[in-house]
Amino acid sequence: MTETLVPSTAPAARRPLTSRRSVRIVGGLLLPLLILLVWQLSSTLGLVTASQLPPPASVWVAAVDLFERGQLTLYVAISTQRVLIGFAIGAALGLAAGALVGLSRAADIFFAPTLGAIRAVPSLAWVPLLIIWLKIGEESKITLIAIGAFFPVYTTVAQALRHVDRQLVEAGRAFGLRGVRLFGAVQLPAVIPSVISGLRLALAQAWLFLVAAELIAASMGLGFLLSDSGNNGRVDRILLAIILLALLGKLTDAILGVFEKWAIKKWA
Amino acid sequence: MSASPATRTTARPAAAVRTGEPTGTDAAYAVQFSGLGRTFAPSPGSRRRTRAATTTSVEVARPVLRDVSISVQPGEVLAILGTSGCGKSTLLRIAGGLDSPSAGSVRIDGSPVTDFDTRCAVGFQEPRLLPWRTVADNVALGLPRGTAREAGRARVAELLELVGLSAFADHRPASISGGMAQRASLARALARNPGVLLLDEPFGALDALTRLKMQDLLLDVHAAAPTTVLLVTHDVDEALQLADRIILLGQEAAPSGGSRPPGATIVQEITVPGTRPRDRGSAELAELRGRLLAGLGIDRHGDPRGVATGTSIPHFPY
Ligand SMILES: Nc1ncnc2c1ncn2[C@@H]1O[C@H](COP(=O)(O)OP(=O)(O)O)[C@@H](O)[C@H]1O
Ligand SMILES: [Mg+2]
Repeated sequence: MTETLVPSTAPAARRPLTSRRSVRIVGGLLLPLLILLVWQLSSTLGLVTASQLPPPASVWVAAVDLFERGQLTLYVAISTQRVLIGFAIGAALGLAAGALVGLSRAADIFFAPTLGAIRAVPSLAWVPLLIIWLKIGEESKITLIAIGAFFPVYTTVAQALRHVDRQLVEAGRAFGLRGVRLFGAVQLPAVIPSVISGLRLALAQAWLFLVAAELIAASMGLGFLLSDSGNNGRVDRILLAIILLALLGKLTDAILGVFEKWAIKKWA
Repeated sequence: MSASPATRTTARPAAAVRTGEPTGTDAAYAVQFSGLGRTFAPSPGSRRRTRAATTTSVEVARPVLRDVSISVQPGEVLAILGTSGCGKSTLLRIAGGLDSPSAGSVRIDGSPVTDFDTRCAVGFQEPRLLPWRTVADNVALGLPRGTAREAGRARVAELLELVGLSAFADHRPASISGGMAQRASLARALARNPGVLLLDEPFGALDALTRLKMQDLLLDVHAAAPTTVLLVTHDVDEALQLADRIILLGQEAAPSGGSRPPGATIVQEITVPGTRPRDRGSAELAELRGRLLAGLGIDRHGDPRGVATGTSIPHFPY
């Protein structure tokens, strides 16, 4: 009680505990650690059989084993590469299509219904077609991932552009801006925050579509590890793949999150 | 440029205001409204509502302006007075090519106004600053295209100094007050150095003292570069202080026995006597103020003081 009355306490001490960075990191790690503990306990207490749920240690052993064979690095690398390439292509196309549909009434009328229908197709429906058209090479997987990344970006960009403050656009026009210059000076900056949240959604979709692609038609990658281990009953490897997907998804999202913070500071 | 004899070639006293001006129009253009009318179509929402209801009155297109005819001379300052919602902004937007008339036409320097006419600069009723740009960068948006970098920066600094925002050049619009934003918006319009300056209640959000300062500032700027100014205001004193001529927009009184045609038009036109800057306390201006206030539907609470409305004081065009 007396402490709060003393004005000379450090400003950091007066900030609520929950806004401190270290607290947030430690707090966020609590639940994963708890899950790990329960997992370990249920194994050691014999609540589940090792074939159903192997203990954390054997997942670690499986990871080391795969790493020593050189497969772990390869799988992680190939999956990440597919996601990044597919995401880049899909996001770029989504940005272009979103800009077109969001800025032009005519393009909106012409394209939006069709794109909306294509968007409604479940991801797995594309797989057989892509395999026949593009074989089981990289192209088919990257195409599927690009489809997955395209739609969140397209939708958010088109939506955001339609809702750019008309008064600002008019002011830009009144000061002689047209076309690309108007877009660069007014519309694009106005939608940057939405574009970035669209990109984050697209990245999550890219990982989703990666697994869809690799589960069905792949000889490498984390999705392949999942389906292959499923066939062999290797629950430890399945758990490993799931954990790796979680970590990679979170990591790439965090990188975009940093970019988002920077961009919002600069543009909003 | 204009062939009008009224183009002023007088000396520019406050030359410091436009040092080293590289681009933009040095001309002041005549603006001619002839028989201008503007009717807004009913919105789709109101049409749907009326179909369900029994009345059809809302469905009718609404005339806002009608038969506005006035010829503004190059370099003249015309104040447009009127009650809120009478169509002042609409008239200004049409003059700048931001909106199109339903009837009649507007000509600038003898040729019809084009969409977003580059001969005009607009100071909007709202500041309309780009939130992601600094105040200085927002003002720079107004610079005529092709301004050299260095010259542009100097001009922006000069204008910020004029409107008293030098200390806030690097601030974002969100971190300055409404009055400051409006001054930044004014600076942006001035940066254009236009042939016709369209100002829509440019001092509306300012406190009383800053408003007086900014009025004097506008007079200095105008003296230095006598462009044509169309100034929308709802402040009678401001109009009297700044304008060569004042028009009052409003509904015309119904003729006896007839019905009043809808839409606002020019109901009073007053040539303000005296050269600027005017004595803010002049008795003759007080008389005009009374007439204008009466036109705006305000009771002046007093009798006319017998000052002749025809005046011997020289007035525009001098
Ligand atoms: N784009 C528009 N569509 C329909 N009605 C409009 C539009 N712009 C203005 N109006 C109407 O025209 C009238 C005059 O508006 P405005 O020119 O802004 O008035 P003022 O600036 O004198 O206050 C108002 O009643 C307003 O509702
Ligand atoms: Mg208005």
